[in-house]
Amino acid sequence: MIKEIISILIAALLTENFVMVKFYGICPFLGVSKKVETAVGMGMAVTFVMAIASMFTWLVNHFLLERFGLEYLQTIAFILIIAGLVQFVEMFVKKSLPALYNALGIYLPLITTNCAVLGVTLLNVQNGYGFIMSFLYGTFAALGFTLAIVLMAGIREFLDENSVVRSFRGFPIALITAGLMAVAFMGFSGFSI
Amino acid sequence: MKGTEIIKNGLLKENPTFVQLLGMCPTLAVTTSLKNGLGMGLSATAVLIASNVIISLLRKLIPDKIRIAAYIVIIATAVTLIQMALNAYLPDLAESLGIFIPLIVVNCIILARAESFASKNPVGKSALDGLGMGLGFTGALCIISVIREFFGAGTIWGIELYGNVIKPASIVILAPGGFIVLGLIIGAINAIVGKVGEKK
Repeated sequence: MIKEIISILIAALLTENFVMVKFYGICPFLGVSKKVETAVGMGMAVTFVMAIASMFTWLVNHFLLERFGLEYLQTIAFILIIAGLVQFVEMFVKKSLPALYNALGIYLPLITTNCAVLGVTLLNVQNGYGFIMSFLYGTFAALGFTLAIVLMAGIREFLDENSVVRSFRGFPIALITAGLMAVAFMGFSGFSI
Repeated sequence: MKGTEIIKNGLLKENPTFVQLLGMCPTLAVTTSLKNGLGMGLSATAVLIASNVIISLLRKLIPDKIRIAAYIVIIATAVTLIQMALNAYLPDLAESLGIFIPLIVVNCIILARAESFASKNPVGKSALDGLGMGLGFTGALCIISVIREFFGAGTIWGIELYGNVIKPASIVILAPGGFIVLGLIIGAINAIVGKVGEKK
């Protein structure tokens, strides 16, 4: 059990990193990675949503959808759960962390359409994880997302001070930076216990 | 705006991938081969047309406050239908696109068109807008996947081109290649169109 948990942790953080290897959650990864502080805030908000969403969707899937043979409603049911959770997080952040709320801007409600969140809930079902494993996988995958976005923000803060060819400023150079980071993450492939 | 203009708008002027930079996850994840790119593009186009038409029909009935939730339910329904159709008629494609089919729900292009076009325009125009944007997305995916498949696998549409002579650079179809190829294409488009990237 412990060995399995550690190997899932390594996979989610490094060898199968959600952003760098599996391409989930690219929009916030590129959109909110201009400053380290905002990136950390975004990572924490996403981690919270993904951990709770993993548990809620497991419960709904196990006790409602599977019991009544309604598995084909998974996508619709899961996205509604996620949308509800994000609404809740938004209200919480707005009230207790107004600075973070302003920094995240439009990307906070857009966590609903972060494919990492819906992706992890569907992967939990696909991999046949139980309640605890779903929760752990959701949390670990979100930590992998946080790791990638914080590293990216760190690099982009330095990128600001360099002169880049005009047509590559902004988005294109960010993508190429991400590509080079992905090469580094590929270096971990095969690492397991 | 005339019909042809709406389609041209989606294909070129406001191309969802290269100009609006929306829907990056499927753009990067499924463009490892032209078959996958085209399959994803056309599936998303079908969802986009269906959701635009339904939302446009219901635009006067959906209360403003819960419109996003309503849009998401409509989009998710369309995606579920497409997913069932793909599983039934194109099981190979369904398998290789895998989890990225249900993830069409969270493709920002679809929600963006619902919010900015279908909720304000009549049915016919919304359908055309869905078609134009969908084809713009499909075209972008095809361009990226042709480049990645050619350099990364030495094939196009699965047909062997030069693999016997030179070994293809497989990194292009792996994760880093996705980011770098897309970055180079957008940079090149900026250079050609003369649009200067944001000062950063």
